[in-house]
Amino acid sequence: MFDETSTILAHEDIGGGYRHLVLRSPQVASAVAPGQFVHIKVPSLEQSALRRPFSVFNAEDGVVEVLYKTVGRGTAALGKSQVDDKVQVLGPLGRGFPLACRGKALLVGGGYGVAPLYFLARTLGAEKCILFVGGRTAGDLLALDRFAALGVDVRIATNDGSRGVQGFVTAPLDEEVNRLRAAGEEFEFFTCGPDGLLKAVADRALALGAPGWISADRHMICGVGACYACIQKTVRGNARCCIDGPVFSAKELVW
Amino acid sequence: MVIDTRVNLGGLEMSTPLATASGTFGYGTEYAGAVDYSCLGAITAKGVRLDPWPGNAMPRHVEVPGGLVNAIGLQGPGIDAFLAHHVDEYERLFPGGPKMIVNIWGGTVEEYAEVASRLEAAGRKSIAAIECNVSCPNVKAGGHTFGHDTAVLGRLVAGVRAATRLPLIVKLAPNVGSIAPFAQTCADNGADAISLINTIPAMAIDIEKRVPVLANKTGGLSGRGIHPAAVKLVYDAHRAVKLPVLAMGGVYEARDAVEFMLAGASAVALGSAIFSDPGVVRKVYDGMLEYCSRHGFSAVSDLTGALAD
Ligand SMILES: Cc1cc2nc3c(=O)[nH]c(=O)nc-3n(C[C@H](O)[C@H](O)[C@H](O)COP(=O)(O)OP(=O)(O)OC[C@H]3O[C@@H](n4cnc5c(N)ncnc54)[C@H](O)[C@@H]3O)c2cc1C
Ligand SMILES: Cc1cc2nc3c(=O)[nH]c(=O)nc-3n(C[C@H](O)[C@H](O)[C@H](O)COP(=O)(O)O)c2cc1C
Ligand code: FES
Repeated sequence: MFDETSTILAHEDIGGGYRHLVLRSPQVASAVAPGQFVHIKVPSLEQSALRRPFSVFNAEDGVVEVLYKTVGRGTAALGKSQVDDKVQVLGPLGRGFPLACRGKALLVGGGYGVAPLYFLARTLGAEKCILFVGGRTAGDLLALDRFAALGVDVRIATNDGSRGVQGFVTAPLDEEVNRLRAAGEEFEFFTCGPDGLLKAVADRALALGAPGWISADRHMICGVGACYACIQKTVRGNARCCIDGPVFSAKELVW
Repeated sequence: MVIDTRVNLGGLEMSTPLATASGTFGYGTEYAGAVDYSCLGAITAKGVRLDPWPGNAMPRHVEVPGGLVNAIGLQGPGIDAFLAHHVDEYERLFPGGPKMIVNIWGGTVEEYAEVASRLEAAGRKSIAAIECNVSCPNVKAGGHTFGHDTAVLGRLVAGVRAATRLPLIVKLAPNVGSIAPFAQTCADNGADAISLINTIPAMAIDIEKRVPVLANKTGGLSGRGIHPAAVKLVYDAHRAVKLPVLAMGGVYEARDAVEFMLAGASAVALGSAIFSDPGVVRKVYDGMLEYCSRHGFSAVSDLTGALAD
């Protein structure tokens, strides 16, 4: 773990209330694995402000990328930071996705939840992965160009039908699961996104007896396991999302 | 000028005047890599009791102007797992590292005493002092009542004192009419030092939903905003009794730590500031030394109570 003074290389509004933050963070970049996160000190907030946790969207050549949605005062203040500004980045943090996937990797994401799934797809290899991504409308779908450039097979569902099939992302997911089962192929689920989506994927993993890896999202103070603020209930009792997670097995989660 | 950084906190010899505050630094290992341990004279472990304790429901904290309100609720694995797992891990990662102050709590005098005697009996190299928490606002049985009644406090301190020869620090509640009688009670019953302050009882309400933000409804305020209140309590306690004081509450810069020392503290603990910036430990340490050389103090311990009045 490093608390690295990082330089902003790019910071763009990508529409839909999201921003793409690119940081020069060589120490974090070389150590981070898919599903891990960084804890960022927002420069313009007061000294006593807590850090804000964000999944690593990509890490390559000394650079760490983050995709974030502006939802409150921390992300709004972060949005004001500019290229060449310095940011303290604590990371890599947490337990990421296991990388020994047997069979197809079914990646299921919503909103900024696609961020760690991109890093995962790059690491596992595009040919091994199918991304299922859902949103209310086409504007909620993030980083599709990046997944396409990797060569990942992408299946889209939007509630309003403005892109992909109309409805929930679980429809194309179930279709693919049925196809794989009929063909006798193995698969694992990897998901990050809103709680409803996580639960839907976890339920399928348990029902089908397939491994399911769920990235949970809890409000955090320290991000390193020191304060016990970020509790996720598991079959083994109270776990800390920041260090025992954020990725949990569907089998261990208690909803 | 070479400045002597050693301080003595009621028999606890510290190589620097800085410690970490209980509950903000886990069991001492979690911040490895981000905090400069060479600046710390001691670390304080998260509250330990006899048996495992689940803590409060989520949400357990909320950020507020000047700090945060928490109601973690003293989640912990109990003394046996603490010794077997956390102390082992600390000694493995930091052999010869900062000494460990173990913060303890319980529901009865007997429970506190039992934990204290087991800590001593364990004979662990890193465990150098006990801090008795009599002031957690978040758990009804969290020692709160002990910190608000001098007669009850006296029995507790005497009971723990009888159970251990380790340096005994008593962590007092800040929300009392006058700190002096509580500090005096600690002195009269054999405590070696007192620590001040624990979090201040606090509450935040979600006005849109019209519900308390924390599952526990109320919690304790820590961070920047409580510092001036803490300085006053340390000042009052130092003037009331001879016991050394471990001061904490909203230290974010060297000037805050120096202020505590001048008010009468023998050592200073960093808490919530580490959450925002683990590098604060190094910055506060360097800044204290810079202050000492600028003002001609050859030993940090000479700052204690060195007000010009
Ligand atoms: C492991 C992890 C990975 C994450 N990855 C991403 C990501 O890749 N992209 C992204 O846009 N967001 C991500 N989030 C959520 C992000 O941390 C919050 O949106 C952000 O902290 C909101 O801060 P704010 O000050 O703008 O919001 P406010 O609501 O003003 O924040 C108030 C407090 O609540 C906390 N908070 C609010 N919402 C969340 C939330 N959903 N999760 C955790 N804490 C929250 C804040 O950190 C802050 O302490 C992640 C969260 C976690 C735990
Ligand atoms: C998340 C959190 C957990 C805490 N847990 C404990 C604890 O277990 N025992 C205790 O005596 N004090 C506990 N405290 C109080 C701190 O040790 C310290 O007294 C207080 O936070 C004031 O210092 P600060 O403003 O520097 O944080 C806790 C504080 C915080 C913020
Ligand atoms: S945020 Fe502190 S333990 Fe997880």
